[in-house]
Amino acid sequence: MGTVVEFLKPHLLPLLWAVVIVAVLPLVAGYIVLLERKVMADIQARLGPMRVGPHGLLQPIADALKLLLKEDIIPANADKWIFWIAPLISVTAAMLALSAMPFGPVFQIADLNVGLLFIVAVSSLGIFGIVLGGWSSNSHYALLGALRSAAQVVSYEVAVGLALVSGLLLAGTLSMRKIVEAQAEQGIWFVFLAPVGFFIYLVAGIAELNRAPFDLPEAESELVAGYMTEYSGFRWALYFLGEYTAMLVVGGIGTTLFLGGWLRPFPNVAAFDFLDYLPAVFFLALTGYCFYRTPKQPVPIQKAVLGLFGLLCLSFAAVLGWAATLPAEAAARGGILGAFWFLAKVLLFLYSFMWFRFTFPRYRFDQLMRLGWHFLIPVSLVNVMGVGAALVLHRQAGWPLWQGLVLGTVATLAVAAWLVLVRSRRPVAAPPAGEEV
Amino acid sequence: MPEHYIPIFIFAVLAAAFPAITLIIFQYIRPAMRAVGAKLEPYECGIPPEGDARGRYSVRFYIVAILFVIFDVEVIFLFPWAVQYGVLGLYGLVTMFVFLGILLIGYVWLYRSGALEWIYE
Repeated sequence: MGTVVEFLKPHLLPLLWAVVIVAVLPLVAGYIVLLERKVMADIQARLGPMRVGPHGLLQPIADALKLLLKEDIIPANADKWIFWIAPLISVTAAMLALSAMPFGPVFQIADLNVGLLFIVAVSSLGIFGIVLGGWSSNSHYALLGALRSAAQVVSYEVAVGLALVSGLLLAGTLSMRKIVEAQAEQGIWFVFLAPVGFFIYLVAGIAELNRAPFDLPEAESELVAGYMTEYSGFRWALYFLGEYTAMLVVGGIGTTLFLGGWLRPFPNVAAFDFLDYLPAVFFLALTGYCFYRTPKQPVPIQKAVLGLFGLLCLSFAAVLGWAATLPAEAAARGGILGAFWFLAKVLLFLYSFMWFRFTFPRYRFDQLMRLGWHFLIPVSLVNVMGVGAALVLHRQAGWPLWQGLVLGTVATLAVAAWLVLVRSRRPVAAPPAGEEV
Repeated sequence: MPEHYIPIFIFAVLAAAFPAITLIIFQYIRPAMRAVGAKLEPYECGIPPEGDARGRYSVRFYIVAILFVIFDVEVIFLFPWAVQYGVLGLYGLVTMFVFLGILLIGYVWLYRSGALEWIYE
C-alpha cells in the first residue's frame, strides 16, 4: 500500500481531475442534452422542457433515472458479450480523448508532447463501438446503419486530419498546452490566420460526430436509429454519452487549435484587461435572472430549485470575481479564468452544432460521401499547401505573414469555387432502381 | 515522457469501469427481462424480420475503407512535417510539395475513374 501511494504521489493533481471528469461528465452530458432540447425548442418557436424542474432544469436527472431503471432487452441471437461491450468502447474512447484536453492552464490530466495526435487517434477508436454495436444487434437496420456510420466517419477523418495540419503549421507543436501558448505568443487566434482550415474542421467535425445535417445513419425516418436500434435503457444512454462526449472533444480540439484555448480575447493587450471581469459579471447577470424568475414559479418546489440554482450561479460569480482580483502571475487566476474561457468557447461550438442540426436539411448518403471525398479533401490539401507556402514566404522571403496567408486563402477558395462549378455542370447520378445501399 | 501516461491509464480504467459497474449494479435494481411476445425479435418496422442479419452487404464499404487507409497514411506523414516546419524551410516545403503532388496525381486518377463515387453508373 505504501509503495502504491509513493508511486502515485507526483500524479495526485491529474488523478483528481480524472476523478472529477468521470464523476461530472455524465451529469454535464445530461445537461447538454437539456440545452439541445431547449435550443431545438427555441428554433422551433416553442418552449421545450418546462415542467420537470423550473425551466426543465431537473429533466436530465429524471431522464437518467428512467433510463437506469428500464428493462434491459437483449435481442435473440445477439452476440451477448459484444452487445455488452460495444457501448463501453464508445464511451471509453470518447472519455479518454478528454484526458489530454487542456481545460485551462492548470486543469489538464496529462500534457503529452503528442497531445493532439493522441486525442485524434483515441477518438477514432470510437468507430469500434459503432460497428461492433451494429453487428452484434442481429438486425438489418443496425448493421447497415453501423456500416454507413463507419464509412462516413472514416471518409471525413482525412479532411479533419488535413485541416488540423494547417493549424499545426502555424503552431509548430503537437502539445495542446504549447499550441495555446503559441497563440498567446503570436497574439492572435489561429482562426484569423487559417480561416479555411477552421471551417473545413467545423464541417468535417460535424460529419465525424454523425450529427445533422450528416446524420443519415441514425435519423429516425431513415434507418430507425441505425446502430442504436436494438439498444434500450442505459445502454442507449451510454451511446448517447459517448456521442456528446465526442462533441465536447471535437469542440475542445477546435477551441485549442483555432480559437485560442483558454486565452481571453486580446490576451496580451492591456487595454482589454476589463474583460477579466466579464465571467463574474456574466454569472451575476445569470444569478439576477434566476432570482427574478423565482417568485414567478407556480409551485414552491420549483421556487426552491430555481433559488438553489441561482445560489449556484452566485457562487460561480464569487469564485470568478475573486480569481480576477488575484495578481496576474497567480496560477489560480489563470486556471479559473482560463477554464471559463475554454468552456465558453466549447459551448459556442456546441451551440453552433445544435443550430446547424435544426436549420439544415439532411444530406443523402451519396451526397455526403461526395462532399467528403470530392470536395473537402482537395480543398483541405490545397489549404495545407497554401499555409505552408505562406509561412515559407514569411520566414525566408520576408513577406508580412498576412499577405502570404491572404494569398493562400484566396487560392484555396478559388480551388473550392472551381470544384463546385465543375460539379454543377455534371448531372448528379440518381441511384439505379432498387440499388441504394 | 512515459510518466504522463500513468494518469491517463488510470483514467482509462476509471472511464471503462464506470459504465460497467453501473450496468452491473443496476441489473439487480431494474426489473428482470421477461421475454414475452416479440420483445426479443429485432425491430423491422412492425413486420416479421426476414432472413439472417449477418447476410451480405455492399463492397463499397470495403473500397471506402481501403481508400481511407491510403489517405490517412498521407495525413500521418504530414503531422511531423508540420511540427518541424520551422526548421525545414523552403527545402521542406518543396519536398512536401513533391510528396503531395504524387499523391494528388493518384487522387485525380481515382476521381476521374469513378472510384470515389458512392453510386456506380
